Amino acid sequence: MSEPVIEAHGLVKRYGKSTVVDGVDLTLSEGEVLGLLGPNGAGKTTTILMLLGLTEPSAGEVRVLGRNPLREPLKVKSDVGYLPDAVGFYDNLSGRENLMFTARLGGFDPAEAKSRIAAALDRVHLGAAADRRVGTYSRGMRQRLGLAELLMRETRVAILDEPTSGLDPQSTDELLGLIRGFAHDGMTVILSSHLLDVVQSICSRVALFNRGRVGFVGTVEALAQQVTDGAFHIDVSADDADVGSLAGGIEGVSDVQPQSGGWHVTAGRDIRADLAKRIVEAGGALKNLDAHRVSLSEAYNLFFKEVSHEA
Amino acid sequence: MKREGSPLKGVGTIAIKEAADHMTSARMHLIMLLVLLTAAGSVWAAIGQIRVTTAEDPFLFLKLLTTARDPLPSFASFLGFLLPLVAIALGFDGINGEFGKRTMSRILAQPIYRDAVLFGKFFGGMLVLAIALLTLWLLMVGLGILMLGLPPSGADVGRGLAYLAVTLVYTGVWLALALAFSTVIKTPATSALAALSVWLVFSIFWSMITPFAASVISPLDPTNPMTVLSQFETQQALARISPSVLYGEISQMLLDPASRSVGPVFMSQMQGALVGAPLPTLQSILIIWPQISGLFAAMVLLFTGAYVVFQRQEVRA
Repeated sequence: MSEPVIEAHGLVKRYGKSTVVDGVDLTLSEGEVLGLLGPNGAGKTTTILMLLGLTEPSAGEVRVLGRNPLREPLKVKSDVGYLPDAVGFYDNLSGRENLMFTARLGGFDPAEAKSRIAAALDRVHLGAAADRRVGTYSRGMRQRLGLAELLMRETRVAILDEPTSGLDPQSTDELLGLIRGFAHDGMTVILSSHLLDVVQSICSRVALFNRGRVGFVGTVEALAQQVTDGAFHIDVSADDADVGSLAGGIEGVSDVQPQSGGWHVTAGRDIRADLAKRIVEAGGALKNLDAHRVSLSEAYNLFFKEVSHEA
Repeated sequence: MKREGSPLKGVGTIAIKEAADHMTSARMHLIMLLVLLTAAGSVWAAIGQIRVTTAEDPFLFLKLLTTARDPLPSFASFLGFLLPLVAIALGFDGINGEFGKRTMSRILAQPIYRDAVLFGKFFGGMLVLAIALLTLWLLMVGLGILMLGLPPSGADVGRGLAYLAVTLVYTGVWLALALAFSTVIKTPATSALAALSVWLVFSIFWSMITPFAASVISPLDPTNPMTVLSQFETQQALARISPSVLYGEISQMLLDPASRSVGPVFMSQMQGALVGAPLPTLQSILIIWPQISGLFAAMVLLFTGAYVVFQRQEVRA
């Protein structure tokens, strides 16, 4: 495996007596999409700012592309693009002029910047609105302009803080499509959100944040596995059979609950074949047998329920 | 911890953008219109006055800037009063405005140092002020040439340019003050009010406060005539805390070649002096050099204060 793109060890940030981030470890390799997930105030934004070097950690170490963002901020910042929560642009300038300003700050050659800006604006579908004042842009358009800035700068890492907050479903889909495109091009992406479906749909791994700590890092499947011990949830409905006692007799079933129109069975393995056989043998008419694993949103709720019970 | 790269990368870009923003903003247009009208009014009045009282004056041209005719004050005192307002208008939302527009974290995530933002804001403002002042000065000189029909002498131009440079530093003090308030105070309206209160205190109330303070600090002793002098000196020292007072002394010295001193003068010191004879330009500058250094120091101190606060500020939005 190649050298990790972002490495953080034991990141701590204290403001006075309160500890906002309390010992966060993260490792990201090239081309990964990591979702930082957690309720508001869990320390996601502070962690992001420390990764960028915009905030100095109280303890711990960060390496971005093998560099320390506090020691070599210019090199780190030219490789890492950051789209803040509710990004702001200069309202009195057009979208193109705003990007031209950042291109100048980045020290690009003006002629090259011009063509890069045009290409980036086209890719985020802002080509037609490029010469309008940003003051007239909708929120979704501003977020897309933010993405265009990262494209124009050709950064290797994109850190997006709540990119979809406050967007309507259609704009959210459009934005997520663009971010997926970034990842497809080999850009490493960190994305923070409190919206699960956003993270689930594009992230290869998730990190769950709670009260300044990372409770879990891994794939969505692994999260479901950990939170639920890999349990299967089976909805059964059958006529002329006592599913409750039949299911209870099968090895591996941990819970059977009646629900409207049938039964809800929780089991440690896939028991559908056994259950179907027993129902049919008992003379029942099996109408529905549906197994599913825990979705991310259930896992997420379970995870935070567990955490708050511990607290 | 040593950091890589130049802290000044991007200063030029930010300064030029700032300047362009100021040049096109309605705020700047309005305030410059006010300055231009008052300046034209006072010079116009001065020309009328000079025509009536004209005598053999070797520095007639500078009189344009210092002559007052009731009810209008002179051009120089108008500038001393109004320029702080221009500087405050340019600087009061420099830093907190960026936070308000939510552009600050995006700009700081660009490959530049934080230093560049504050330097850029300051130099951008100074560039606009320099252009505005130079234009104003040229307009007034042009008006004088047209109306009086005399070209300015070399010494007139020299003193005029020195006056222009000092005026820029004086305006810079107020720009640095406004930027410092915009760094410390989070809301633009509050920082504007804070800067305006300082301006009001120094340009209007300071001259009322200092005599009181001086009489408390060094009271008069009827048996000792020297206490009169020491009280006067205390009062003057206190008054000089105000940049407006320093600027007033500098412009009096620069624009009136016949003035010899900004402090108390004894009769014995006047012995042998040719009263009314002009001093060479460099001698005049030498007399008010401490005031010029004082203004410059105030500008640097205020800017440094803003810089230190800004560098340590938490960037979250």
